[in-house]
This record gives sequence, structure tokens and C-alpha cells, in this order.
Amino acid sequence: MSLSNIFNVAGSAMNAQAQRLNTVASNLANADSATSANGTPYKAKQVVFAATPMGEGGATGVNVAAVVDDPSPMKQVYDPKNPLADEKGYVTMPNVNVVEEMVNMISASRAYQSNVDMMNTTKTLLLKTLSLGQ
Amino acid sequence: MLNRLDDMLNFHAQALRIREQRQQVLASNIANADTPNYKARDLDFRAALQGALQGASASAAGALATTSPRHLEGPSGPASEPGLLYRTPAQGSVDGNTVNMDAERAAFADNAVHYEFDLTRITQQIKTMLAAIQG
Repeated sequence: MSLSNIFNVAGSAMNAQAQRLNTVASNLANADSATSANGTPYKAKQVVFAATPMGEGGATGVNVAAVVDDPSPMKQVYDPKNPLADEKGYVTMPNVNVVEEMVNMISASRAYQSNVDMMNTTKTLLLKTLSLGQ
Repeated sequence: MLNRLDDMLNFHAQALRIREQRQQVLASNIANADTPNYKARDLDFRAALQGALQGASASAAGALATTSPRHLEGPSGPASEPGLLYRTPAQGSVDGNTVNMDAERAAFADNAVHYEFDLTRITQQIKTMLAAIQG
């Protein structure tokens, strides 16, 4: 039945958006992490969405194909007193763009809301279908 | 007699089925609003309903005429599954995604209301029939 398949489609999209939100959260949290367990500064992560077919009739869900490191260059901050500074006094800081991440966050939460709305509408329709003829 | 009852319900039942399918396609569009290179799709409701009704009234609509019993029959399934069409993007985007969220949301709400309308009509028809049967 197509209608109940919408739950799968919306669910997959919500899952993907939640993962995106998760990535944004860790990027923002680590915006100033100049070092990490392996000694390198934190690198911003980005999710890659991919459309996946879900059943017949053109239903297409979303899945997270990969979580990739942001390829943008690392920030160089002049701070000679920092123990992590190189011989010229520059510290390599994470390449997290805070503005971009905030935009990403709002976009993800709006997309999540749309999918919740979609699920609610579908639920109403399904319940009405169940009471057909009464 | 039962055949007549079935015919009476058939139109809205088919419409309901296509509305359901369209709802699913629109849901996929909204779900993929942020997927790079996703192309928004939609169903031509009129063409789909016409195809479905023709397929239901004469299931051999697309069947080949045979003049000998040894002729091979073509695939005679109802040609009621029209292809999904791709939307023409109103504004292009850098990531190749053609989902226009406003249009999709509007179409989704519109389709939901039409679905409810079809449900209501079927309920009314059932009530009419019950009234006729019970007198």
C-alpha cells in the first residue's frame, strides 16, 4: 500500500536529517578543538545525501551515503603563546565555518519538520481510509 | 447486480489509488529536498486516471489482435501505469536538485484534500447503496 510506504520515505528522510543535525552539532562543538586524540586539529564533517528507491511506484527515500571531511583549508591563527603554535607562531585551527553550520542547522531542522508534517498528514489519511464506509 | 455495485465504486476507487500513488511521489520529493542531483517527479493525474479506467473497463485494451490461435500474445497487462514525469524546475540550483519546496508542499496538501474527497464520495455511495438495499 502506497500510503504506508510514505512512512518509510519520511522516516528515512528524518533519519538522514537527524544525522546531518548530529554532524552540525559536532562541528559546532569542536569549532575550537585545536588538537584531538591523534594530535591533529578537528576537521569539519559533512554528510552526503543520496536518493534510494523504496518500493515500486516511484517512492524514493534518502540515505546518508557518506560522512566526508570538509575539504576547505584549515584556519591559521597567530597565537605564539599557544603550546601548539609552530615556529612562526601560527596555530592550525579546525576548518569549521560557524555561519555555514548555523545555516545547515536551520535547514536541517526545517526539513525535519516538513517530514513530520508529511507523516501527520499521511496518518490522518490512513485513519480516514480505515474508517471508510462508516 | 453485484457487478453494477462494483462499477459504481470503481471510478473513485481508481482515483483513490492514483491519489495514493501521487501522494507517495510527492512525499519522495519533499523527503529529497536536500539530496544533490535529485530530480523532482510528479504524476499526470488525468492521464493516469484515464489509463486506469480504460484498463479496468477493458483489460485487453493494449492486447494485440490475433487472427490465428498460434499467434503470440503480446504483454496484455493493463497499460495503466503511466510513466512518472519530471518536473520543469522554476529555478535552477547549483547542486542539480529540482525540488521546489513550496510547490511540493502545496501539491501535497492539495492531493491530501482530494484523497479525502474521494474517500467521502465512496462513503456516500456506500450509504446510498445501503439505503437502496434496506429500503
